Parts: sequence; structure tokens; C-alpha cells
Amino acid sequence: MMTPGTAVKTFTMDGKPFSATEEETILDVARENGIDIPTLCHLEGILPTGQCRLCMVEIQGSGRLVPACATKPEEGMDIITDNPRLRNYRKMIVELLFSERNHICAVCVSNGHCELQSVAQRLGVNHVRFAYLHPRFMLDGSHPKYEVDHNRCILCGRCVRVCEEIEGAHTRDLRNRGIRTMVITDFDTPWGESPTCTGCGKCVHVCPTGALAEKGKSVAEMAKRRHFLPYLAMRRRGGK
Amino acid sequence: MEKLKLATIWLDGCSGCHMSFLDIDERLLALSDRVELVFSPLVDTKDFPEDVDITLVEGALGTEEDLQKIRKIRERTKLLVAFGDCAVTANIPSMRNPFGREEVLKSLYVESDALNPQIPVQSLPELLPHALPLHHYVHVDVFLPGCPPAADTIYQVLSELIEGRIPDVNPLTRFGA
Ligand code: SF4
Ligand code: SF4
Ligand code: SF4
Repeated sequence: MMTPGTAVKTFTMDGKPFSATEEETILDVARENGIDIPTLCHLEGILPTGQCRLCMVEIQGSGRLVPACATKPEEGMDIITDNPRLRNYRKMIVELLFSERNHICAVCVSNGHCELQSVAQRLGVNHVRFAYLHPRFMLDGSHPKYEVDHNRCILCGRCVRVCEEIEGAHTRDLRNRGIRTMVITDFDTPWGESPTCTGCGKCVHVCPTGALAEKGKSVAEMAKRRHFLPYLAMRRRGGK
Repeated sequence: MEKLKLATIWLDGCSGCHMSFLDIDERLLALSDRVELVFSPLVDTKDFPEDVDITLVEGALGTEEDLQKIRKIRERTKLLVAFGDCAVTANIPSMRNPFGREEVLKSLYVESDALNPQIPVQSLPELLPHALPLHHYVHVDVFLPGCPPAADTIYQVLSELIEGRIPDVNPLTRFGA
């Protein structure tokens, strides 16, 4: 039900007419209407940041690409969610993610349960055209229950956001810039020594890849559970 | 009908992709009606033949010798298939890449061998600085990811290639499958 006085915007997406309320993003409207736009950093229940750029859509007339998760439709906008240009860029983004770190799917805890892996398959990425960088990363296994393997991190920031916005601990953050960016715990201390982490495991379960995992899981065993997130987000807003 | 010439080779891999190929089981007989296996770890031929129609290459490029082999194979093959994740992404062999060649050799041959610590220089091909996927050195016609690709996938892809069609492998397999 729409509250009286809510401004409604009308626009077209892939040639069809749509309307949206003030709060809704392009991605919200697309998903409500069965239009499938791939995402990696987006997660219902935490703030959208447009970090991964996979959900880029084209605005007709301007040729501009905008992230659907973090852009609200404007009156009269003509949005394209899928065309060869977008598909090409989305493939390139996924290939760049694979080339930036050491993602070796065959020996990953999240093999078969990984969003990067499945988005690659969906977009038809069956090889990587860019040179692999083979950076040298360590694993932090200092926490009694969880571990972080930076080789598999795609810097989506989901863990940072869920820890701050839902758990309220703000244990995680990002350090450095560009491809040198790293997810850190507190002021870059080992996770096991963190005075702020409550050990809730929310970050682990929102992580799209095997970067954050429960200890003791072997290859392909780490399936993530995320259904709690929209519910917790609603409760935090005071919903019942 | 003249049979197509099929070759398979195993570079820097674990032979798992070849094992999966053998898991095609009785359908190998159906394939053998259509193709002649002219070169493979499974047949006793020393030199890679001149005119091969389809070559399945398992494994990454890890040594100078692998490089020489893949260049020759490319010259002599119409359709080159990167067979399995090691060929497609360098996969398991690439786990040495972040450490660099010298450190890996030192750790393996010097630090882990108390009795005779030395890096072998004779009769072993020189290690490349990094293990890399085939397409970083030669043109690849078909990418068949999976570690290993499932027998059904291999059979389907080969059947299509034999019919002269390039199959869409994406619905069939993925990295790490
Ligand atoms: S376990 Fe919970 S409190 Fe600790 S870093 Fe993850 S989300 Fe934050
Ligand atoms: S650790 Fe996981 S959730 Fe956090 S930024 Fe990396 S990939 Fe995203
Ligand atoms: S892809 Fe997997 S099964 Fe095939 S050679 Fe490499 S490690 Fe072995």
C-alpha cells in the first residue's frame, strides 16, 4: 500500500513502463518485476554501495552507466538493463576479480556455494583474458571459530557493512586503496585478538566467496546462511 | 567415413582430467567409431603427429618443456581444447605463483632435504617463473573448465566437436566443478 502523498516516478526499463516510490532503487524495481540484474556486493538488509559495479545499467540518451543498486530512477528515465555493451563490461569485471587475487576454486571451502563462481558461470566467463597478478596474501586463523583468506576476497564490503549496520560492532574496515585494499579487523590486528568482535559470525555468512569461513570446514563444505539478514534489518528499524 | 584424429596430452596436471575422460566408460567405444587416438598417455607414440584434428590438453604450462610442447601442438592441431581447470586457469599448479620460482625450489630441494640439499639442474626441464594457463601462450579454441570436468561433460563436448560444432560449455561446467 502506498502512503498518501508519496511521490511516484514513472520511467521505462527495457522498453516497458514502470513506476517507483521515492525509496526504491532501479535494482529494487527490476527485482520486483523479475528482471534479473547480476550483483556481488549488494545484499538485501544492508546499505547499497555500488562497490562491485556488476549491476551497472545504461541510461538511454546519456550513454552513462550507473549502478542499479545505488541509483534511484528519475521521472522519464529510459533504462537498459541488458545489452552487449553491459554484458561485455560485466564479464570483464568478473575476470578482473579472478585475476586480482588467487581464486583456486577446486580447493576452496566455498566451492559450489560461491557467488563469484556462479556469477562467472552465468555470465559465460569460462576463462580469464587478463594477466593474473598472483599477489602474496596470508591467512588469518587467529579467531577460534572463523578464518579469513584474503586470497579469495573480492572487496565487496559486505562484511564491513553487516558488522557495522546490523551487529553494531564495526570490527571490520578497509585499508589501503585500489588493488592494495585489504579487509582489516579493528586497527589491523589479528581477528582473534579483537576486543570489539562479538563472534556473531554475520560477516562470515554474508561473504559471497570463501574469504570468510568457519574453521573446520573442508573443500566445498562452507555453505552460507543469509536468510537472517532482511529479518534482522527490519527488527533494527523497529519492525515486528 | 574417415576418422578424425584425436590427441590428448598431460602437461602440469594430476592426470585427474584423463581419469575423468576414461570415466566415459562404454561410450569410449562409440567415440572410437568416429575418432582415432593418435597421441596420448594412453597410446605408445613418442612424437606428436603432424595433422591432428582435436587435441585435449590437460594441465598448466609449468616448464620450458611444456612451452615447447604446446607450441608444437598448436602448430599441428586444428582444434585445441584447454581441458580442465589447470589448462584453463593454471589452478593447482598456480598455487606456487605467489612465492616465486626461486623460493619454491629452495624450500623443496634445499630446506626440506637434510641429506642432499641441492637444486637439480640436469635432466629436469627448467621451471617457468609462474605456472600459467594455455591461452596466455597459445590460441585456445575451446575452454572446458572443471577439476576435473565431469565425464558426461567431456563426452558431450567431444561429441559436438566431432560433429563439427563448437558447443556452449557454460551450462555444462564451471571453474572448480
Ligand atoms: S563475527 Fe560479528 S562482530 Fe565479529 S567481525 Fe564478524 S560481524 Fe563483526
Ligand atoms: S571478506 Fe568476503 S564479505 Fe568481506 S569484502 Fe572480502 S569478499 Fe566481501
Ligand atoms: S584440473 Fe583438476 S583434475 Fe585436472 S589436472 Fe588439474 S588438478 Fe587434476
